[in-house]
Amino acid sequence: MDTSVATLEEENVWGGGNRPLGASYGKLMMWFFIVSDALTFSGFLASYGFSRFKFIDIWPIADQVFTHVPFFHGNYPMYYVAFMTFILIMSSVTMVLAVDAGHRLQQNKVIWYLLLTILGGAIFVGSQAWEWSTFIKGEYGAVETKGGRILQFVKADTGERAALADFAKSIPGERERLTRPMGLWYMKESSLPSYTVQEVTEGLRSNPNILIRLENVNDDGKKILLTREETLKKINEASMVVEGANLYRNEYGSRLFADFFFFITGFHGFHVFSGVVINIIIFFNVILGTYERRGHYEMVEKVGLYWHFVDLVWVFVFTFFYLV
Amino acid sequence: MAHEHKLEIFRGLLKFKSNTQKIWGVLVFLTIVTAVEVTFGITKPRWLTHHFFIGMKLLNWIFVSLTLVKAYYITWDFMHMRDERNALKRAVVWTPIFLVGYLIFILLFEADYIFNVYQDGYIKWNF
Repeated sequence: MDTSVATLEEENVWGGGNRPLGASYGKLMMWFFIVSDALTFSGFLASYGFSRFKFIDIWPIADQVFTHVPFFHGNYPMYYVAFMTFILIMSSVTMVLAVDAGHRLQQNKVIWYLLLTILGGAIFVGSQAWEWSTFIKGEYGAVETKGGRILQFVKADTGERAALADFAKSIPGERERLTRPMGLWYMKESSLPSYTVQEVTEGLRSNPNILIRLENVNDDGKKILLTREETLKKINEASMVVEGANLYRNEYGSRLFADFFFFITGFHGFHVFSGVVINIIIFFNVILGTYERRGHYEMVEKVGLYWHFVDLVWVFVFTFFYLV
Repeated sequence: MAHEHKLEIFRGLLKFKSNTQKIWGVLVFLTIVTAVEVTFGITKPRWLTHHFFIGMKLLNWIFVSLTLVKAYYITWDFMHMRDERNALKRAVVWTPIFLVGYLIFILLFEADYIFNVYQDGYIKWNF
């Protein structure tokens, strides 16, 4: 008896037409795409972890880098990123509400929830663009040593960061800028930092309130602050002025820090951007009644999966870039 | 099948009346978790930054585990993984867990080794 039942089931299995995963083709493919994309992001984050563990004693502290909030001056570590995280989670919620309304074939609700989702995504992408521009512009400026280490400046009395503009001397110098007709071979010059190393050094020597902060972290997880004597000795190693960030060097510390910042948040931002574009396409399809005629809103669900995935990735980027 | 939703979270501790209600409930939970993370990130309690577990600060372990908690609820409730079959759940979840777990293990160990080479070897960084 047992054997006959088993054979019967086996015949059914081999007969085809089974749905072992119980999901439609489109949803299944979206899930597989998400798995592969998750592996890509994991690769990025793991390599970030690699570089960070390799330079664990000099890695920049996120609290000291991401301290800006638009329209406000001052030191607000993390608040804006937390806000961005909340916006993205919120837009995930409106997306899942749109999917839920789609199940019940409530076209108008789907339209409104999708609109909110698109708005949330746009706010997020805009915030990220602002964050990038703040990061690239920098605020305080720093000096790089011959060994490629970054030296930052701190006011001795308040413990606050000192910007180069606060203490650098302006030494008028003769610097002739060559133009194309002046030679056979001409190469354009990239933009110069606001101060020369000499100006920073002289300014530092004449201002006893300025101390150097190293990249190195002490046992308390704080950057090491030099004494005035050590500062005066250390500044002799300065080789160039660094303002803001580019792919070669940045004023925040380890060069890899900015590289990974641009690469990982950029790749994620690109995902959000394409998510917004796909959402907009779906949004118009809903308005046109495409899914109403089709009889189901599975397309909203599939795009929703992608959108939630983007949110999911941000949760990890947030942790590993800003918190840890 | 897709129209039925499992409406309980925390292993049945919290049961919602409708799917919409569950979504808001999960949002509240995720917001609380994020708020806790940000608070820890700003205050950085001394005890948590001075105690280590497998080479990582306790604070960072808290961040990582809270992140995984958030990831679980986003996948299970927002992406409706809770309503999918076990086969799909396992295919999607275990594949990255094995691969990523291996990658992290091998890369972080290697990085730690290189750090020690820089630290103890004859390499000078500041010249």
